[in-house]
Amino acid sequence: MVKKEKARVKTSSPLVKALLVLFMLCMAFFILGPLAWLGVHAFVTNWTYPNLTPDGWTWHWWTRVLDDSALEGAIRNSLIISPIVVLCSMVICLPAAYAAGRMTYAGRKTFLIGMFAANSFPKIGLFASIATLYYALNLMGTVVGVIIIQLLGTIIYMTWIPAAAFAAVPRNLEEAARDAGASKFRVFRTITLRMAMPGILVAIVMSFLASFDEAQGTYLVGAPAIFTMPTEMYSLVQNYPIQVAAVFSLLLAFPSVLLIGLARKHIVGGQLAEGFQIK
Amino acid sequence: MTEAVQQDGLVLNGLTKILGGRVIIDNLHLVVKKGEMVSLLGPSGCGKTTTLRMIAGFLIPDKGDILLDNKDVTTLGPEKRPSAMVFQNYALWPHMTVFNNVAYPLKVRKMQKPEIEKRVHEALALVNLMHHKDSRPGQISGGEQQRVALARALVQEPDILLLDEPLSNLDAKLRVKVREDIRDLQRRLGITTVIVTHDQDEALSISDRIAVMNNGKIEQFSTPQELYDRPETEYVANFIGSLNHVTGEYAEGQVISGSAVVGIRPEDVHFSKVQVPGSFPATVELVVPRGHFCEVYLKRDDVKLRAFISSDVPTAGTQGFARISKALIYKDGKLVRVA
Repeated sequence: MVKKEKARVKTSSPLVKALLVLFMLCMAFFILGPLAWLGVHAFVTNWTYPNLTPDGWTWHWWTRVLDDSALEGAIRNSLIISPIVVLCSMVICLPAAYAAGRMTYAGRKTFLIGMFAANSFPKIGLFASIATLYYALNLMGTVVGVIIIQLLGTIIYMTWIPAAAFAAVPRNLEEAARDAGASKFRVFRTITLRMAMPGILVAIVMSFLASFDEAQGTYLVGAPAIFTMPTEMYSLVQNYPIQVAAVFSLLLAFPSVLLIGLARKHIVGGQLAEGFQIK
Repeated sequence: MTEAVQQDGLVLNGLTKILGGRVIIDNLHLVVKKGEMVSLLGPSGCGKTTTLRMIAGFLIPDKGDILLDNKDVTTLGPEKRPSAMVFQNYALWPHMTVFNNVAYPLKVRKMQKPEIEKRVHEALALVNLMHHKDSRPGQISGGEQQRVALARALVQEPDILLLDEPLSNLDAKLRVKVREDIRDLQRRLGITTVIVTHDQDEALSISDRIAVMNNGKIEQFSTPQELYDRPETEYVANFIGSLNHVTGEYAEGQVISGSAVVGIRPEDVHFSKVQVPGSFPATVELVVPRGHFCEVYLKRDDVKLRAFISSDVPTAGTQGFARISKALIYKDGKLVRVA
């Protein structure tokens, strides 16, 4: 029986391998194809059907984007607003995450599920009702208004992921630190926070991307006074050549890729990977 | 018990702890002399770990006092007590190197760097781990992690060392070696030590005295030898070593009918083919080799007895005579006499 099974695996393995490779190639094309298309279009003078190759190569679109004051303003807004949103989110959510992860209190489950509930119905409805509130509070078209709108999308990441990270820190590691003479605050700083850091880093990256990519609410609240990179895309698609949109898309993707690359080392290669074999 | 309060070492005076409406520790008294190694021995759920956690300061007793070298530490937090604990699963910090794990208690005490380095090196040398000082806990074996945890406790130069089932995560061979190492270190440093264990072998082999616990109380507190020779309660007799139970009275080497319980250690049952005074006829039912001795099941017409016999082991079916050389007689669970 064992022999038969082995034989079957052997005969089918080239086919399975071929299918697997094909599947991977399809996936790669599906994921990377649009990126490659963007990447090429950001550097071509013109490339339209039925030409097989672009007419020529140029940096023109990059200089055009970087010289355009409206586009430059959008980039600046995005790079200023998103970090502020992440910081605010941390200040508001991390204590809540710690409480949800480490303490037991009435309504804890409801609180965590409630975080999901805010994300479970169409955001546009939520934004519309917030907009009426904003008019009353004179927050329409203000940076503060945009920050609050973007904050909403980050809350779920900044509570759930760190809550799980805090909950995963073994209690006796904290007890050992207390026993070694450390005060409660020092234990939190050197043990709990330090061990939850990979989770918090993931939450920071996810929140940054959520804020950086947020367009619906930002457009509703910010336009026409404040444009960020994603909201600027709306007018780009309508009013500029396709190559400009391609350049802008790459610029939009750049911080995300950079952040994930930076965080990867800490998340995958850090003590999380090697240290948790302790029971 | 109150006269024992004025004493160096550890004094637990009428400790009571109620958790979740259940009395976990019930008016517990214990005196550990300075430099002594004492085991808290008992099955899981008997309250031994709760007692240790109260000594360490992780739990505050509902009643009673804890005195360390005549200082009342009952309500002090763990960071303010001169005790150091080795946790069951070592509780090493995975994000720090071995060196930094051991250095942590000294850094907390705001010691100077050269002094920290010197003392950490001494502690690591003590447990033979200098070569691993830059490793992470996840990169070393369980036995080595155990030694790091021990070094981290010893580097604090505590007045009392607390060990919570320190050997339970090690394999059998290593356990024997590490327990000897711990005993050796404890003797050399003369450090007062309380060790929690459910393993009677471990307790018997390394303790000066053993407190056998049951249902939040100490059943007996004495030396390993005394505990084995004169178990004060039936519970202790059962827990330490093996025991034959026979209901009846004991007279002139024989168990006769009665209402008490006669406990006989298997090594106190002897077998021979010739009759001697005090012996009674018995048949060998089963012989189980156990290495350096054999476990022999003997049958009289009404009772069965287990005997440990190491020489002239009879074969199953042999007719002969059994003799009892020592018996413990219990009434209502308490020892009334040794015969």
